[in-house]
Amino acid sequence: MKRRPAVLIWALAALAVPVASAQELTPDALVKTVTQDVIAVIKEDKAIQAGDRKKTIALVEEKVLPHFNFTRMTALAMGANWRKATPEQQRALVDEFRTLLVRTYSTALTAYRNQVIEVKPLRAKPGDTDVVVRSEVKQSGTEPVTIDYSMEQTPNSWKVYDVTVGGVSLVTTYRDTFANEVRNVGVDGLIKALAEKNRQLEAKRG
Amino acid sequence: MRRPWRPAVAALAVAGLAGCATVKHLDPRDPWEPMNRATFEFNDGVDRVALKPIAEAYQFVLPEPVRIGVRNFFENLRDPWIALNQLLQGKVEEALSDGWRFIANSTFGIGGIFDIATDMRMPKHNEDFGQTLAVWGVDFGPYLVLPLLGPSSVRDGTGTLVASQMYLPWQLPKWLDVDHRVAWQNSLTVVDLIQTRANLLDATDLLEQAALDRYGFLRNAYFQRRRNLIYDGNPPPLPPSDGQSGAAPAEPATGTAVPAASTTAPHDAAALAAGAQRAAGSD
Repeated sequence: MKRRPAVLIWALAALAVPVASAQELTPDALVKTVTQDVIAVIKEDKAIQAGDRKKTIALVEEKVLPHFNFTRMTALAMGANWRKATPEQQRALVDEFRTLLVRTYSTALTAYRNQVIEVKPLRAKPGDTDVVVRSEVKQSGTEPVTIDYSMEQTPNSWKVYDVTVGGVSLVTTYRDTFANEVRNVGVDGLIKALAEKNRQLEAKRG
Repeated sequence: MRRPWRPAVAALAVAGLAGCATVKHLDPRDPWEPMNRATFEFNDGVDRVALKPIAEAYQFVLPEPVRIGVRNFFENLRDPWIALNQLLQGKVEEALSDGWRFIANSTFGIGGIFDIATDMRMPKHNEDFGQTLAVWGVDFGPYLVLPLLGPSSVRDGTGTLVASQMYLPWQLPKWLDVDHRVAWQNSLTVVDLIQTRANLLDATDLLEQAALDRYGFLRNAYFQRRRNLIYDGNPPPLPPSDGQSGAAPAEPATGTAVPAASTTAPHDAAALAAGAQRAAGSD
């Protein structure tokens, strides 16, 4: 009977180890795992291959979304205007921007056709809390397309706050548009424009 | 590329007249925004009624392996010019790789239909004369939307003009003096146009979906893409923005730290090639 606590502790320790290592996954390992997971699902799922939007969005929400920091993405895209927005406006902006990005990302996924995706080993110093994980989509006949993930360390895990495709940063590309909208119609106008865009996409694709 | 320049000039003139559209704010990199927006609309119209439907039909009718073969064939014909540009930029190793790539694919790859060079570690590169001019120190110049060709700049458009003299689907029938030369030139150019557009279908669908303002979105993406290409994928970090956002922004209400947003400064906005959208996620 005396041994039981020890056994219990060992059992707990055994359980705790995988949990801890999942949290401490290096950023490049995280990108690799998520990429492989998503591709494995797409390759199996005929409905997604045929362009089933609902299923693709569900896949993105389950596998990809948890690894993104949408608040930071939205703040970066807003630039100086972020601080001029009220907390309610900020929440609304993050919500609408997230919806738009998830839809766009889902569309990009349905275009996947067996390309090879290679995640490059991370070049970062130990202790870095802000890194760029580089990857390449390879296909014969054309130059590889680079996809870089800007990631930051949060208390629980690494999170993506920008994606750069072929040198084009998602956040930077939206920055001009956002700044223009805010200048012309204000923060509420921008929220309305994003919501309207999302409504249109919803109506179009169902 | 040799494309119909005379209608293009006419379109420019029309665009200039129609250029009184409402533009509330001018980007310093885009002083001709009203004209550019008009050209953009014109291109969009042509695309909607003609180019895109034809490209969609092309994609629908031909099986994927055939389309890849066609793409490889035309991409192969671009490689000698790419090799020459590498040389003009002083990149001898890359120039040799691209030269061998062309030779290998033209012979063992049966006229370029099969890209065997990639598997032989001679990957496709992206170079053009606009990039060469940039390496030589020529500035981006004002942003310029070209009729039918899309986003460009004064420098990159100049590059395109020079490159049109090296557009092999047009020049080869002339140099080889084949029968029905003009028919060959026209057919090859038209097929290239259609297959290039077909390769961009995924990317343009994505653009349509992602952008609130497609013109501004594409323009910004073009600046970034060109800068990336000029530095062969490793651009130096941008200098801090000119007072656009505070260096140490206050903690936002949601509790997420916001680093200073660096904005592309006008002077290092870089630029050309019709490949702006190509990288944006097409297959």
